[in-house]
Amino acid sequence: MHPAPSVITFTTLSGLGFGLLFWLGLGLPAITGWVAFTFLAVAYALAVGGLMASTFHLGHPERAWKAFRQWRSSWLSREGVCAVAALLVMAAYGAGLVFLDTRLVTLGTLGTVLSLATVFTTSMIYAQLRSVPRWNTALTPALLIAISLAGGALLAGQISAALILLPVAGVLQILWWVRGDTALQGSGTTLASATGIGGIGAVRAFEPPHTGPNYLLREMVFQVGRNHARRLRIIAFGLGYALPVLLVLLPFSHALAALAVLSHIAGILASRWLFFAEAEHVVGLYYGKR
Amino acid sequence: MTSLPEKTTRKLGLVIDLDTCVGCHACVVSCKGWNTENYGAPLSDQSPYGGDPSGTFLNRVHSYEVQPLATSALPHPSTQLIHFPKSCLHCEDAPCVTVCPTGASFKRIEDGIVLVNESDCIGCGLCAWACPYGAREMDAAEGVMKKCTLCVDRIYNQNLPEVDRVPACVRTCPAGARHFGDFSDPESHVSKLTAERGGMDLMPEQGTKPVNKYLPPRPKDRLDQPAPTGEIDILAPLLAPVIAEPTGFLLWLDRALEKI
Ligand code: SF4
Ligand code: SF4
Repeated sequence: MHPAPSVITFTTLSGLGFGLLFWLGLGLPAITGWVAFTFLAVAYALAVGGLMASTFHLGHPERAWKAFRQWRSSWLSREGVCAVAALLVMAAYGAGLVFLDTRLVTLGTLGTVLSLATVFTTSMIYAQLRSVPRWNTALTPALLIAISLAGGALLAGQISAALILLPVAGVLQILWWVRGDTALQGSGTTLASATGIGGIGAVRAFEPPHTGPNYLLREMVFQVGRNHARRLRIIAFGLGYALPVLLVLLPFSHALAALAVLSHIAGILASRWLFFAEAEHVVGLYYGKR
Repeated sequence: MTSLPEKTTRKLGLVIDLDTCVGCHACVVSCKGWNTENYGAPLSDQSPYGGDPSGTFLNRVHSYEVQPLATSALPHPSTQLIHFPKSCLHCEDAPCVTVCPTGASFKRIEDGIVLVNESDCIGCGLCAWACPYGAREMDAAEGVMKKCTLCVDRIYNQNLPEVDRVPACVRTCPAGARHFGDFSDPESHVSKLTAERGGMDLMPEQGTKPVNKYLPPRPKDRLDQPAPTGEIDILAPLLAPVIAEPTGFLLWLDRALEKI
């Protein structure tokens, strides 16, 4: 799949933002007043900024409101509904923290649940697609939720939680990569099943429909070199999971904590680039790719 | 709207005969023509005469090469070149419909045609991701999703002569490789063709239950095969060499020419 910068930024930042809202809703850290305002502002900047970035790739952003209508069947619609609900509930809860110095527990818990639901529904947009075997697994929501909660814990200063969640996310990441490398083969979809003519003999793509590229190739067929991918995986794992754990294990300082967050974000951006770039859409088979 | 109907009254679709298709791309051109001038946003081209031409097409013809395995009856099977037209298969379990957040994508209860309501489409592209066949393309000029409509604006069009009330690709195909009809009726032309010729689904493992069916190609020519036993080659006596070795004047001429 084409690794569109807007989608990579959106999923990374909004995942982090909703991860932070998850912890703030639980009252972790227990803050009020201006401190609470700062934390909430960071969370909203990440979550809303990510949502805005996601509208950049729409053909008709002005009609985006129509996307709330099909929550009964569409994960993308459910994501929109959950995201807006989480942001509204957390805004009311945040107003309580900032202006009234009170923690409205029920509202906060609801905000936490909705934030988690937003990350889950986002992950299901990808996990539901049979046409992209690498994404089509329960490991996808598990991984994206673990990353969001771990990143949120880092930002919220929940060190003991981060020390559990970062390694969990790291392990899920490796499982996801390992499974992903055989996912296309495992799906049973091949050029033979795609064309139905494999019964005659080995099928080879002889000529594409047009000499030029098209939307399908630009959007869904992307090939990364093996060595390139391996190097990026090492970077993603090192920066996203390993280094932040080491940094928070050192004696606490604000500079180190900030470095841990930045390293984590950089690592997750690399991981998210691979999430798209390495994912094979079965339509590539028709063009003799993979 | 975005949920799929339990059952559709009719199941309109195409049968595409891979044995007959000659790969002329006439269906591609007629589809592009009809769907640019009629229902919905035109199918745009980007830099059509420039260095990097690209455009929206609802029907594209691929070509594949298949090498049959040798058998004792066919020791040197010829490679087959198979032309493969591909457009929306109007799936019964269409994943492109259920993913749509706006309800712009839907499957009609009355005839099973999968359509996009272009004034509701936000151009998110998720339906194109969900379709395993690459049957949907986002139009780069309009920012809305385009797909085969089964020429819904032809097949019910009372202003057209009866013979033209079929999809443009079917009407155009010079080889008769495309057939249009109702698969819910076992007596229809398309149902019979599918039954007789072993019509197949593309990517059945994707669980989309396509309505369109493809007829498998038959084995191609046997020019380089040993003559089948039991059959008489009626042309053989006529094609046998008349004179094996030249004599007389021809022999002289032959030798004289060799000396030059
Ligand atoms: S072929 Fe693709 S676009 Fe057409 S109905 Fe099936 S999944 Fe949808
Ligand atoms: S591109 Fe349009 S038709 Fe396709 S899923 Fe998005 S809104 Fe629906």
